[in-house]
Amino acid sequence: MSTSLAAEVPWPPSVEDFFLPPIAEGTDPWFTKITVLVWVAVAILIIFFLVTYREPKLVPTKRQWIAESIYGFVRNTVARDLIGHHGIRFAPYLTTLFCFVLLMNLFSIVPLIQISPNSHIAFPAILALISYVLFNYLGIKQHGFRKYMKNSLVPPAPWFILPILIPIEFMSTFLFRPFTLAVRLFANMFAGHMILLVFTLGGFVMLNSTPLLAPVSVLSWLMTIALTFLEAMVIVLQAYVFTVLTASYVQGALAEEH
Amino acid sequence: MPLLAEVTGSTAAIGYGLAAIGPGIGVGLIFASYVQATARQPESSRLTQPFVWIGFAVVEALALLGVAFGFIWAG
Repeated sequence: MSTSLAAEVPWPPSVEDFFLPPIAEGTDPWFTKITVLVWVAVAILIIFFLVTYREPKLVPTKRQWIAESIYGFVRNTVARDLIGHHGIRFAPYLTTLFCFVLLMNLFSIVPLIQISPNSHIAFPAILALISYVLFNYLGIKQHGFRKYMKNSLVPPAPWFILPILIPIEFMSTFLFRPFTLAVRLFANMFAGHMILLVFTLGGFVMLNSTPLLAPVSVLSWLMTIALTFLEAMVIVLQAYVFTVLTASYVQGALAEEH
Repeated sequence: MPLLAEVTGSTAAIGYGLAAIGPGIGVGLIFASYVQATARQPESSRLTQPFVWIGFAVVEALALLGVAFGFIWAG
């Protein structure tokens, strides 16, 4: 048993482990577990909010209370506190974003699923692109193109420092913002999956190596469980951070002056 | 010149270890400041919390760029 396992353990874990094979033979190569998980996440979100809010009661039922708590949390702590009172109109989008990212991230620790679509750069990149277009569109709509550019590129500083500041502001606002937004979420999910792989597969590798190292594999698997809890924290944190940053970029685009 | 020492294996791991020093200090400073601010002015804790997470996320981005670039430039 153990010798047959040794041959099967792919060690060390690599980037290849993220590219899963198609679900069934003969289907399109893009139709993988990742694709199915994105559809499932979208379906769960739509059905959950439709069902919980079908007949809203004045005294909420349990499910309605959960949905209202999530919406209320994003609306109050993110939309209202960060953007201001006129920011409440962004609460529906921010809530959807928060729930979607949270659910997609959550797949990385659900037993038997254990991979998040967000560990592929494509999905965070699209979400970051939506945020990028959103805050630029709002800024241009609010101030007009010239004033928006002036607001976001020219900080109140002495004229002789501006040749340095303007390129820095341009890079940080228009290049690094969408890039870091996407890469932050992607890298967290990627690194999280990689760490879990290292400790799970490492346990098998040690179990199969020498009698002296075999008992240590238990320690490795205990580490996997501990790191899953750490991963759970990272998941919620990253969903929150993505939403908060989107809100803060919108706030920056709508603000009058620096 | 005679070869005195040789590094084999993944040098990207060493590079990432070096790259994580800065963000590590930075994230530590952010939370230290938050704890200190809350200890001095407990009512301000909710006010400053979003900025803690924004600052944390911005600083942490540096460490995560290290993860991403480590894989991009590993080969």
